[in-house]
Amino acid sequence: MPTWGMGGCSVFLEINDLNTYYGPSHVLQGISLTVAKGEIVALLGRNGMGKSTTLKTIMGLAKPKSGQVVFQGNSIFGNPPHKVSMAGIGYVPEERRIFPNLSVEDNLLIGVKGGVIDQSNPDAWTLEKMYEVFPSLKKRRTNKGANLSGGEQQMLAIGRALMGNPSLLLVDEPTEGLAPIIVEAVRDILAEINKMGVSILLVEHNLNVAMSLAHRVYLMGKAHIGFVGTVKELDNNPDARAQYLEV
Amino acid sequence: MSPVTAMYVAQAIHGLTYGMLLFLVASGLTLIFGMMGILNLAHASFFMLSAYFCYQVVAWTDSFWIALILAPIGTGLVGIIVERFLLRKVQKLGLGHIGDLLLTLGIALVISEAVKTIWGTESHQVLIPPSLQGLVTVAGLEYPIYRLFIIGLSLVILGALAFILFKTRLGMIIRAAVSDRDMVSALGINMPRVFMFVFGVGTLMAGVAGVAAAPMLTVFPGLADQIGLDAFVVVVVGGFGSLLGAVVVSLFLGELNSFGIQFIPRLAPVLVFLFMALVLSFKPMGFFGERDE
Ligand SMILES: Nc1ncnc2c1ncn2[C@@H]1O[C@H](COP(=O)(O)OP(=O)(O)O)[C@@H](O)[C@H]1O
Ligand SMILES: [Mg+2]
Repeated sequence: MPTWGMGGCSVFLEINDLNTYYGPSHVLQGISLTVAKGEIVALLGRNGMGKSTTLKTIMGLAKPKSGQVVFQGNSIFGNPPHKVSMAGIGYVPEERRIFPNLSVEDNLLIGVKGGVIDQSNPDAWTLEKMYEVFPSLKKRRTNKGANLSGGEQQMLAIGRALMGNPSLLLVDEPTEGLAPIIVEAVRDILAEINKMGVSILLVEHNLNVAMSLAHRVYLMGKAHIGFVGTVKELDNNPDARAQYLEV
Repeated sequence: MSPVTAMYVAQAIHGLTYGMLLFLVASGLTLIFGMMGILNLAHASFFMLSAYFCYQVVAWTDSFWIALILAPIGTGLVGIIVERFLLRKVQKLGLGHIGDLLLTLGIALVISEAVKTIWGTESHQVLIPPSLQGLVTVAGLEYPIYRLFIIGLSLVILGALAFILFKTRLGMIIRAAVSDRDMVSALGINMPRVFMFVFGVGTLMAGVAGVAAAPMLTVFPGLADQIGLDAFVVVVVGGFGSLLGAVVVSLFLGELNSFGIQFIPRLAPVLVFLFMALVLSFKPMGFFGERDE
């Protein structure tokens, strides 16, 4: 198997020949991709190609029919979402899916696995650390999730996933519908999280954001992967961009 | 107090008693729907089953108090078994709502036939325990002690439920799951286990109501019919999944029932449905509905 630009890093997440259906429609047709430890991988493509479904299938929220999903050496294929989460994968969904009737702080606390923050582990996320990284959430800690702006909801969705101390984060369209200055803030946060050692599989429609963050890029056509390469390789490949990205 | 006022107060307490029982039944129904999207057609059957359990335990032990503990627990256990071994399997088949509806309808029929086979079709009397018989006089008015006891018991359970829902992590998870259960499970929470708990607690509360109702209504195979329909109306009008809606609408329906029978007896049976139709034409999601499916 080719390992474009992975520079000998160990494979962290490996997906092989994954097939997912929604009823009769075959939405993922043999998807294969890898994420190495510490890597940011972008999964790009036009609307309706199956990017969100790929993340949902990894997460156990969509049921795959066949294929392999291996995370840190263990198969998580077909596992229910809570088991995938417990294995160390965090999920920041499209549309954020903040719990509207819970306070900001409860939205964060519900992400703590088992409900108890591990104080013995200096690397574990705590509310204090979270509020340092997201000062805007601290100000809003008692507000209901429903009352946040789009940018605040996005920060909260990221923070909620981080409270579970994932080693891999699946992030779906984090800058969708946000003002340019907030887009920058989200971008910077993701870069910072990656520096802390969290690998990221990123679905993103904003090409600038994706290209500035990612180490490698997968382009999706309808239900399949059409291009794999480093950011630089995509830069030098206008044909691939034209075929899979431009509208 | 004038006799007319006394009559109003008595009628109001009558309505409050039924409203509280209705809340105990409807709150489980609405939570189960809110979390899992399952309309449990067998829910009121658990209410009736518990009343029969109560009758049986009283027959064995001669103690209403032991029945008040054992019958709801037994009913809750039956609920947990139904959830774990039947409902969960049917949900996995991916038949959607039809699967849940058929299964829970089937369970309702099985319970209804089972009680007839075991206990016969006649009604059975459960006596009010001696300490709760009779009337108390407060401010010149006489109240049946047993009705006040039911109101008090329901308030205790309402308090316990509110505590769990708003002061514990489990409650936080349940409230979050009412709006988005997939997202909750993606955070590492074992939703099947949480749901089994909610189903068990829901049937347990219906069971408490069944025991409380047994001495007032007697125990017979049609016991669950009215409260089952009324609980359904509460869930629809209060808003699927809304506990606040369940409290408010249960109490209102209790009073509507009580005063309806008093003042417009011929309309009383349809008042509840008139009320539901009226509310839904203005608020299709119910008063406190949050789901927008
Ligand atoms: N819950 C669903 N049921 C049926 N079809 C779906 C569902 N979700 C997505 N689809 C379809 O699957 C395809 C892939 O969708 P999605 O993964 O959301 O695409 P993307 O994220 O790339 O825009 C689309 O054709 C979409 O219409
Ligand atoms: Mg998408």
